[in-house]
Amino acid sequence: MPGVLFFAFFAVVPMGLAFYLSFTSWDGLGDPRPVGLDNWRKLIDDDRMVQSLWLTVLLTAASWVFQTVIALLLGVWAAGRQRNRAVLSAIFFVPFLLSSTAIALLFYALLDPNFGIIRENILGSSSGAFLAIVFIGGWQFIPFHTLIYQGGARQIPEVLYQAAAIDGAGRYRQFFSITLPQLRHTVTTSTVLLVVGSLTYFETVLILTKGGPGTDTAILPYLMYEAGFKSYDFGYASAIASFLVVAATGLSLILVRLTGFGSMRSTREGM
Amino acid sequence: MDGGTFSSRTFSRRWVLGAGATTLLTTGLTACGSGEGSGGGGGTITAMVYGDDAVKVQTAAVDRFNKSAASKSAKGKVKLEKVPGSDYSAKLRTAMGSPSAPDVFFNWGGGSIKAYQEAKQLVDLTDTIEGDPVLKGGFLPSVLAAGGLGGRNYGIPMRGMQPVILFYNKSVFAEHKLQPPTTWAELQDINAKLKAAKITPFALGGADTWTELMWLEYLVDRIGGPEVFAKIQGGDATAWGDPAVLKAAETVKELIDDGAFGSKFSSVSYVNGGAPAVFAKGKAAMHLMGSWEYSTQLGKFPSFAKNNLGWCAFPTVEGGTGDIRNVVGNPTNYWSVNSRTQNKDAAIAFLKDCASEAYAKALVANGDIPTTANAAKLLEASPNPEFAKFQYEMVEKAPAFTLSWDQALGADIATPMLTEINKLFVGKSSPSDFVSALKELN
Repeated sequence: MPGVLFFAFFAVVPMGLAFYLSFTSWDGLGDPRPVGLDNWRKLIDDDRMVQSLWLTVLLTAASWVFQTVIALLLGVWAAGRQRNRAVLSAIFFVPFLLSSTAIALLFYALLDPNFGIIRENILGSSSGAFLAIVFIGGWQFIPFHTLIYQGGARQIPEVLYQAAAIDGAGRYRQFFSITLPQLRHTVTTSTVLLVVGSLTYFETVLILTKGGPGTDTAILPYLMYEAGFKSYDFGYASAIASFLVVAATGLSLILVRLTGFGSMRSTREGM
Repeated sequence: MDGGTFSSRTFSRRWVLGAGATTLLTTGLTACGSGEGSGGGGGTITAMVYGDDAVKVQTAAVDRFNKSAASKSAKGKVKLEKVPGSDYSAKLRTAMGSPSAPDVFFNWGGGSIKAYQEAKQLVDLTDTIEGDPVLKGGFLPSVLAAGGLGGRNYGIPMRGMQPVILFYNKSVFAEHKLQPPTTWAELQDINAKLKAAKITPFALGGADTWTELMWLEYLVDRIGGPEVFAKIQGGDATAWGDPAVLKAAETVKELIDDGAFGSKFSSVSYVNGGAPAVFAKGKAAMHLMGSWEYSTQLGKFPSFAKNNLGWCAFPTVEGGTGDIRNVVGNPTNYWSVNSRTQNKDAAIAFLKDCASEAYAKALVANGDIPTTANAAKLLEASPNPEFAKFQYEMVEKAPAFTLSWDQALGADIATPMLTEINKLFVGKSSPSDFVSALKELN
């Protein structure tokens, strides 16, 4: 019950307020003026919104490929019980403990064309800036997803591997025929978290590129921030925010539905 | 929240909405003020100020005021609230929409206070200034006017002047036998010689768009005169279609294609010291920057600042109508008074201190050039009298002083404008695209 109250007060109420604001024009001073669907119409007509949506999808897809492949392999590897793996996994987990802002500032310094490690025009070029954001997001969150996959891989009953070994399956065959299928629900969980995370990915963009060069890394959360706290158009910012809430919730539901609600149940029937 | 001055309006609908708006950000950006209401104990008022190095002048002024007779007769003391630079504007906006708004606040005049004026949150200081010889005669008239809107005064100058100046590296110029440019043809000639010597002509911190803006501000002025932007500032978006804007954008593109800013300028930042370092180390020969470049260099490369830093006006453009004496930049910063303040007398009395000689001397000692009418005689005491006099005369003699575009226009126009400027510089839009995009802004 306290949990519900907390959630209501700190999440539902502000969300409701933002939704209300999306039907008003408000610059942060005086009272919001109702403008009906103006902000939502602007949302549909805005060229920047189209680009931003596309960038967000692209970022999510690129991040998913980059993070899932590496995290899954690392997670399965780290699921082994050897001591060296435990030590390495612990070290490996460190980036996730740092704050996003600190990580972004660190990479901003590393990528500086005059004082950095890589003295190229990276953040000032469209593809460079985009790839830098994908890479830094991966560097930060792969450890977290690795942890999920490690847990998932440790749940797979040992007997399955023993049976496969008796049937003469090698390591690769075991990985593709046992490990991967057994991890499919873990992939779902990790993917939902990653997609929702991409939709709220903000600090890195703010610190590294401010949505630039031009508008080429202005993903949706950044566009929202810019509308609200740079242009002081809180009505439009709230419309983008409401859209983000709907999109994130919708995507999560679709992902869970596509992979079957069964993913919430045990996969080890009959055992 | 201790309620403070505005206790009569504790949890209004506006406050709740403000709280809602601040939760827009899921990222822990704290947009709330310190929660200290003003006026609580004995009519204390709060003054919100941009918290950079120069804030020590305001700190000293507050201490001086709180001990003064003026403070006693107004029954009010001032409490300074320093806000770190980059968050200042957003934090001020949030505070001004909340019950814990400051009584007095730092701003850039012009468009930066337009929204507050429209929301009737500013005290009109016109009559106060008219009726007070200290304020009326205390400041350079053009600077005092720039702190207002529509011919009314809303601000009192409280910092040094910040014209944009073309700085050059004297040792690089001497080595290649170059003279500071006075015309565009001379500038192009210098660029060619520098490029032959493998030196980037201009440092540019293009990661911060406002550095790119300075180029357009001067080019539009030199090509079409100050009237072009004056029309835009007056709310006429069609004035972006003036041929001078297109010509300025084309000139920018020529400079970039010509390698005048080097190949990596869009990754270089001013704020983290990147562009100043390139300039001080002689990798770039010139740097178009606000007058604070001098203090920046003095902090990071003191020997360069003292011995090799040169300065001159932005050159004229052939066929252009703009006077070489015209200046762009920020005339200064201003104190404005919140119309909801409970102790207007104390606020006005505090503002008057900015016209005092003690205040001007503190600015000079910090390397700033006061905008007070009698500042000229104080400049000998400046850390660099030569540079101080150059700046003061530049502003005093300027036929026109155009306020930085991003401060002159409201945030709702300035933000997309900066985006378009950045697109022009990184080659994402052509000069004609740039002009059409700007004409859409209104």
